[in-house]
Amino acid sequence: MNILSLVVKEILHRKFSFALGVAATLIATASVIGAIVLLRTHDLRTAAILHAKEAELLERMDKLQDDTRKSMLKLGFNLVILPEDQNLADWYANDYSTKYMPESYAERLAESDIVSIRHILPSLQQKIPWPERKRTIILVGTRGEVPNAHLSPQKPMVQPVPSGNVILGYELHRSMDIGTGDRIRIMGKTFTVRDCYSERGNKDDITAWIDLKEAQELLGKPGRINAILALECLCTGNSLPAIREEVAAILPGTQVIEQESRAVARAEARTQVALEAQTTLQQEQQAREILRGERERMAQALVPVVFLACALWIALTGYGNVRSRREEIGILRAMGVSAKRIFMLFIWKHVFIGVPGGILGLVAGGAAGLLMAGGGADIPVDFFSPLSFWLAMAALAVAGATLLAVVAGWLPAMIASGQDPAEVLREE
Amino acid sequence: MLALENVTKSFNGPKGKVTALDGVSLTLRAGEMLVISGPSGCGKSTLLLTAAGMLRPDSGNVRLLEQYDPYRLPADERCRLRAGSVGFVFQQFHLIPYLTVLENILTPLLSRPGEDAQRRARALVDRLGLQERTDHVPAQLSTGERQRTALARALLHRPKIIFADEPTGNLDEENAGIVIEHLCNFVSAGGGVLLVTHHAKAAEHANRALKMKKGRIQKN
Repeated sequence: MNILSLVVKEILHRKFSFALGVAATLIATASVIGAIVLLRTHDLRTAAILHAKEAELLERMDKLQDDTRKSMLKLGFNLVILPEDQNLADWYANDYSTKYMPESYAERLAESDIVSIRHILPSLQQKIPWPERKRTIILVGTRGEVPNAHLSPQKPMVQPVPSGNVILGYELHRSMDIGTGDRIRIMGKTFTVRDCYSERGNKDDITAWIDLKEAQELLGKPGRINAILALECLCTGNSLPAIREEVAAILPGTQVIEQESRAVARAEARTQVALEAQTTLQQEQQAREILRGERERMAQALVPVVFLACALWIALTGYGNVRSRREEIGILRAMGVSAKRIFMLFIWKHVFIGVPGGILGLVAGGAAGLLMAGGGADIPVDFFSPLSFWLAMAALAVAGATLLAVVAGWLPAMIASGQDPAEVLREE
Repeated sequence: MLALENVTKSFNGPKGKVTALDGVSLTLRAGEMLVISGPSGCGKSTLLLTAAGMLRPDSGNVRLLEQYDPYRLPADERCRLRAGSVGFVFQQFHLIPYLTVLENILTPLLSRPGEDAQRRARALVDRLGLQERTDHVPAQLSTGERQRTALARALLHRPKIIFADEPTGNLDEENAGIVIEHLCNFVSAGGGVLLVTHHAKAAEHANRALKMKKGRIQKN
């Protein structure tokens, strides 16, 4: 017979009282462990959510990049090669160049080994008064595409205008009631209307396209052009400087500018999507942080209350145990069991209450924290790792619960050990 | 073995101060059973607890087992003194309800380990006729068996003196006879017994008998 066997036998005898003590330590431990696990699970879920969203964003970005690349391949960038001395401010204001360069530049470019420029369209365009109709039009002389000698033959993007023919923009044919096949005069020369374009809503609506040679004759610029359009160039926005250098080496005395294209719009859209995705990501992160703050505050408010209530519960249960064992304490003291040993008898009982309470509290707290963090039984990938975290939690649970039980049981144990055996035996 | 000299003890009761012991003097020698009888409330139990070193008197001297006044010993020493040399038997048995008969008999080991305690406990079980009850808890025992268990517990450490407070008060004649017989055997073996009771019949077995009334010893 020793103190520990007496403790065990007493626990087996008063199971309900013991279970109440264990339940109290379980709840106290579960509240602490639950709060820690809740916040940790929240952090793990936040990391997983943000990681998934980042991955989704990257995937979308990649897809957009891919789409952009495809559209670049399909559409390309539109470049304009102008004479070097053309003032760009004037060009942007008038939309045509007032400076000229040799028409042979188009051939030179086509015969060069440049591969990034595909469709080459030399043109001569000028805003002119249309004396026969008394209005101002843009006259464009074009010869269609100059085939690129180093690229496989492609379907031309723009067809040439046969000599003696004219193509009219929407506003011109509509306002003057001109139709296909009509014959009209421009600057004293007669042309057959080959085509009438539908409305485009830009300067094309007041443009007349004729053969380049005829335009050169009408405008008095033989063998001269004022722009080469380079359509669907195989480049991206950031490779423009390289193309400029390439073109400058082939066509000295020119400058290259970029005309807005759909590909640029797509690239901009992609950037916009990226920005929006980043914003969404930040908003998600902020929402998770707010939720974490709320949970942290709840835990900070709730855990001490639960802990104190459980400590009180254990103390009261312990006191009840002392009361019900007055006679036992009395006879043990009469037999010479010291007050110190009586004290230890009750402290050991609280150790026995604390250890299982801590272990059960660890399991209950872990499960409660996981469930309270949302996601049901969906366990985050890193929930069980690292092992050191759970070892620390186990140590905290068992040591904390035991400490709680012992501290809460301290006063009842003091009362038990301070009990006067003579008083008890006389009362009995 | 035991000597009380002019011991007084009083308590504060609801109706004022109550004098439980009023100048009590007595001695108990080895191999002697001293029976103190008297009506309920005359101070017998107070006398027993005071003599056993458990209830400090207001005045007077107590000498237990040739020692000086046990109340001058530190609390731990006094516990050791009781654990080694004193046994108790009470009217209410005071058995621990969740321990078996054998375990109850062995409870003195909590205060003082003994090498052959198990063997001696078994011997006491045999001697007191509890062989069939060793694994029973007190609630499963008759009152006589409970008191015999309490007596075995008191005898485990071979005490020099036994303080018995109404040990036969709840027993039938047969069981009372068994308890008294074993107390007499203990006395025959050189032990001392201080027995307090309100049954004058118990004095038949005493070497000496004293009567007590209102906290005073009446007659030798």
